[in-house]
Amino acid sequence: MTDFPAAARVELANGQLRANLHHATQTIRAKRAGVVAELPDWEELREAGRGIKADVLARLDEYLVQFESAAQAAGAQVHWARDAAEANAIVVEVARDHGVSEVVKMKSLTTDEIHLNDALAAAGISALETDFAELILQLDGDWSSHILVPAIHRNRTEIRDLFARTIADGPLTDDPSELAEAARVYLREKFLGARMGVSGANFGVAETGTICIVESEGNGRMCTTLPPVLVSILGIEKLVPSFADLEVFLQLLPRSSTGERMNPYTSLWTGVTPGDGPQEMHIVLLDAGRTRVLADEVGRVALHCIRCSACLNVCPVYTRTGGHAYGSVYPGPIGAILTPQLIGVDQAPSLPYASTLCGACYEVCPVKIDIPAVLLHLRSKVVEHKGATPERLAMRAMGWVFGSARRLRFAQRLGRVAQRPLVRGGSIRRLPGPLAGWTQGRTMRPVARESFRRWWSRRP
Amino acid sequence: MFPAEQTCCGQLHLNSGYRDDAAALARRFVEVFGEYDAIVSPSSSCVGTVRELYPQLVPEAARVGARVFELSELLVNELGVDDVGAYFPHRVTYHPTCHSLRVTRVGDAPLRLLRKVRGLELVELPAADECCGFGGTFAVKNADTSIAMLADKCASIVSTGASVCSAVDGSCLLHIGGGLERQGTEVRALHLAEILASTEDA
Repeated sequence: MTDFPAAARVELANGQLRANLHHATQTIRAKRAGVVAELPDWEELREAGRGIKADVLARLDEYLVQFESAAQAAGAQVHWARDAAEANAIVVEVARDHGVSEVVKMKSLTTDEIHLNDALAAAGISALETDFAELILQLDGDWSSHILVPAIHRNRTEIRDLFARTIADGPLTDDPSELAEAARVYLREKFLGARMGVSGANFGVAETGTICIVESEGNGRMCTTLPPVLVSILGIEKLVPSFADLEVFLQLLPRSSTGERMNPYTSLWTGVTPGDGPQEMHIVLLDAGRTRVLADEVGRVALHCIRCSACLNVCPVYTRTGGHAYGSVYPGPIGAILTPQLIGVDQAPSLPYASTLCGACYEVCPVKIDIPAVLLHLRSKVVEHKGATPERLAMRAMGWVFGSARRLRFAQRLGRVAQRPLVRGGSIRRLPGPLAGWTQGRTMRPVARESFRRWWSRRP
Repeated sequence: MFPAEQTCCGQLHLNSGYRDDAAALARRFVEVFGEYDAIVSPSSSCVGTVRELYPQLVPEAARVGARVFELSELLVNELGVDDVGAYFPHRVTYHPTCHSLRVTRVGDAPLRLLRKVRGLELVELPAADECCGFGGTFAVKNADTSIAMLADKCASIVSTGASVCSAVDGSCLLHIGGGLERQGTEVRALHLAEILASTEDA
């Protein structure tokens, strides 16, 4: 179970991490703001994105069946997976059918979510990550800390050392183009020999059965075109009704995500095309908790997410703690509302509280997910789940005090007396019990000698 | 008028997940303030709670909520006053709190008031729209992260050379002021109302 405060404490102590994160998120944040400001109809686009996603969720049952038949008609084999285990078993079976011992993978949060690589490894199949950052993490046994930039917590010197130890043929400097070249040389061989590719999906078009992938490096296109067998796994919420709807998301996503007007590679394919690309195409439609999220009228907006990561880059919490503190492949504000819903609030009760409710995430979200509102909703579910706690009692007691002005006046008088041993030179430097966290880095002002209401009543 | 029966809006309860307790306080607020034409509060986050969030708890609160204003909103936007005749001969920087910026949306009303204060030198705060790290119970539940955010906010404030940091939320100011004092700086955290209430006589 994720304990965000404890995990954050560890991450906060890592000065290198905080410097890397600060630099990277500030850069990408400024780029995003620049390209978003260029569009006079940005707010209308956001509203369109929100509207399309709301429609998809409202009629998901119809769109899924439509997508399945369109994809099948185009020659794809469609599988339904209720959970991670079912999805993984399907991929393992496809690999076994073809006697494949290594698959090439493009970056996919969905496959990280279901721990596909571990499942493949258990079946004796190695999964090679071909995204530059994912490759770095895989070579080092590390894991993603950002939706878009998984190795955001690593700097180029660390990467140089890692490559020198693992994939590089000769000596290496920390020049980014040299590092990229080392990865390119290593991966090119792998692509050419690969017999099975695995991908996620950014969008699935219900009308046509098309899958759409949006990326920067082009490794995804290689994974989805070179091997003769391809398996694409998509969360059931990834559908859009029609091809025309992509127009909205292909504007919203790159500007919000990498801060580019358009991403370098957008791949779209529909089933199998004889003589061109993979000749066997599998699509796995994954639930893994999504229908449970869908059943929650307030929380379901989390399924609107198009994984752009704009909310991470502006979040004052994420930009200091990094992604690992969230204990999930979905970190940051969106992770704080998505993870507890996917795995159950009892499994991640600290995540809905990993926010100051500052609202910066809502402001940048390209599909207008009101993250603070969902955080409040989930907090009330956590409280409900936890039942009787000391905090519950304290809140009850405060509610009782606030229930009458007389009781509040009495509590203030009591406070003035109780604080006496704590006040030194006009301020409190150490608070007891659960409030000790406050004075860890702040002094506390004592209760005023005279309350406003008393001052008001004795005015001339 | 100061209705003596008023207590707390329940933001603490609502933001911590205690909706029932918050709803009881929301109903109480409607009872105590229901008859007034305009209601003013010096806390933008409390105004945001009453105006933007109460209606989800108690539908009848929407009617009262629309008449609730944050102090600078009332002065500048409703009454058309930006010069209150204050005098405050200090270098001041202004921190736009998250709720005043993104929930209550007071805009530049506090800055317009500060610009008209005699003797006051207003200096811009770098990374002003970044949260100070208070966040209600967040400050205690996630004390380490809260303090990391506060350290950056304090550094921004100190970099301006201001002797006072002002805002329109008492709770954020309590947090910022506590950080500035703990770090041994001389910079004070003062509510906008305290500056506006300063005159040449006192």
